[in-house]
Amino acid sequence: MFNDLFSQETLSEAWRIIEAEFLTAIWETVYVTLLATAFSILIGLPLGVLLVVGEKDGILPLPKWLLQTLNIIINLLRSVPFLILMILVFPLTRLVVGTVVGTTASIVPLVIAAFPFVARLAESSLREVSPNTIEMAQSMGASPLQIIIKVMIPESIPSLISNATIAITTILGYSAMSGIIGGGGLGKIAINYGYYRYKYLIMIAAVILLIILVQIFQSVGTKLAAKADKRLKKKST
Amino acid sequence: MIEIKNVSKQFNTADGSVEALKNVSISIPDGDIFGIIGMSGAGKSTLVRCINMLERPTVGTIEIDGVNLCELSERNLRNVRRDITMIFQGFNLLMQRNCLKNVCFPLELAGKSKTEAKKRALKLLDIVGLGDKAKAYPAQLSGGQQQRVAIARALATDPKVLLCDEATSALDPTTTNSILELIRSINEKLGITVIIITHQMSVVESICKHVAILDHGEVAEQGEVTEVFSHPKSKAARRLVFPEGNFDSLVVGESEQRFIRVIFNGARATGSPLIARMAVEKGIEANIAYASTKSIGGKAYGSMLLGVTGDDGTVDTAIKYLTDMPDVLAEEVTVNV
Repeated sequence: MFNDLFSQETLSEAWRIIEAEFLTAIWETVYVTLLATAFSILIGLPLGVLLVVGEKDGILPLPKWLLQTLNIIINLLRSVPFLILMILVFPLTRLVVGTVVGTTASIVPLVIAAFPFVARLAESSLREVSPNTIEMAQSMGASPLQIIIKVMIPESIPSLISNATIAITTILGYSAMSGIIGGGGLGKIAINYGYYRYKYLIMIAAVILLIILVQIFQSVGTKLAAKADKRLKKKST
Repeated sequence: MIEIKNVSKQFNTADGSVEALKNVSISIPDGDIFGIIGMSGAGKSTLVRCINMLERPTVGTIEIDGVNLCELSERNLRNVRRDITMIFQGFNLLMQRNCLKNVCFPLELAGKSKTEAKKRALKLLDIVGLGDKAKAYPAQLSGGQQQRVAIARALATDPKVLLCDEATSALDPTTTNSILELIRSINEKLGITVIIITHQMSVVESICKHVAILDHGEVAEQGEVTEVFSHPKSKAARRLVFPEGNFDSLVVGESEQRFIRVIFNGARATGSPLIARMAVEKGIEANIAYASTKSIGGKAYGSMLLGVTGDDGTVDTAIKYLTDMPDVLAEEVTVNV
C-alpha cells in the first residue's frame, strides 16, 4: 500500500496538489473552526451560566422542570455521534444556510454538536467560583445579573479560556470529519485524496497540518489563560 | 439601633430540621462594638447572616433604625445591604481584580461613576494604610493586607453597620491586633456600629464594649464585656472564661481564694517573671490555677487564672500591678454563682 510513496512521480504530484489546494484548505479549516467556536460559545456560555445559577441553591433558581429539560437536551445532543448528527441536522442546515454541502454549511452541524459541550465546559468553569465570593457580592447588595457579569464570569476567566481552548481543538477535529459530507478544509483533502484516491502522501500532509493547527491553538490558549490569571502573579511589578 | 427580636432559624436538611437559632433577642446601640462569641456550631454565622438577610429568619424580626428588614423586597434589601457591609474570615476578595478595583466593586454595584468610585477607593485604601498597593492583586498581598483591602471595600458605600464574620480568625496574633486596632479607629472616627463574630475571647476582650454569648443557638448571657467575663453566670460563659471546660479541673488550693484573670495581649512578658516579681515587689503570693500562654515573636499571648488569698485591698493591688504592665489586662473573676 505504501510501496511507491516516495517515488519521484508521487512526490511531484503531491507537491502540485499541496501548492494548489492547501492554502485554501488551511484557511477553510481555520475559518470554520473559529466561526463554529464563536457561535458555540455564544449559545453555550449563557446555557452554562443557567445551569449554575438555576440550581435550587443558585442565585437565580429556575423551575425544576426547566433545568431538567435543559440538562436532558444537552446530554442528548452530546450522545449523538457527530457523523450521524451532521446528517440529522440537514433540514436545519438547509434552513439556515440554504444548502447542506460546502464549507459554510458545515458550520451548522458543528455548532449543534459543540454548544452542549461548551455549555458543560462553561458550567464547570463557573462552578470554580467560591460560594464565599458570591456571598460577598450578595452582602454588598449585588443583583443576580450583577453577580453573573461582575463576579462569576470575570473570576473564572482563566478557566474559561482554558476550556475554550479545549473546545476549539475539539471543534477543529470535528471540522475535519465534516469533509465526508462536503465540508471544506484539510479534512476534505485528507479524505478525498488519501482515502478515496489512495494518495497517502497528501493525507499525511493534511494530518500533519491539522496537528500543527491544534498545537498552535493549544499553546496560544494556554498562554492567554496564564496571562489572564492574576492569582499566579506573585510578585508586584 | 439594631434590634434582633425573638429570632429563630431552622434549616431543613436531609436528616430532618436543625434549629440553628432559638429565640435570640439582642439589641445593639448605635456606635457600639458588639461581640457575639460562641463555640463553632453555636449559630454565630447564621445570626450575623440574619442581620443582613443573607439568611431569612424563620421566626422573629430584625429591625435597623426601626425598619423591619424581614418585610423588605429583594430589591429594597439590596439597597439596605449597602448600609450593612461585611468582612469575612477568608477575606473574599475578587482575585482577578486589583486592590483598587476590589474597593470600587460595591460602588460599581451602586451605580456610581468610574471616576467617582476610583477617587473614593483611593482615599479608602489610604485610610487602611495600603495607598501604595492600589495596583497590586490580592494574591500578591499578605493575609492582613488582604483583610485591610476587604475593610476598605466594606467602607466604600459609607455603611452604618460593619459585620465582621470571624474576620481575624485566619490571621496571626500580631496581625489580628493591627486589624482590630484599625476596626476600633474606624468605629471611633466614622461612628460605624461594629458587630464582631468570633470564637476568640481575646478579640472580644480587646475591642468589644458589649458581648453576647451564643450557645447552641441561644443567647446564654449578654451585657458589658467586663461584667460578663468577670462574673460569668452561665455555663457557656464559664466555659469561655475557664478554657479547659469547667472550674473543677483547675488547680485550686484553698477554697477561700479569689481569682484574677490575666490576659496577655502581646506583652513582652517572656523575659521577666511577672508573677514572681509581683510576689517580691508587692508581697502577693499567687497560685497559678490555670494558664494557657504562648510566645509568638518574643511576645506573650493567652490567659492565666491566678488564685490569690487576701482581702479586697490585696486583690486590687494585684490587679493594678498587672494592669500597669503594657499589653496585660487583669480582672477579678467570680467563680461561685
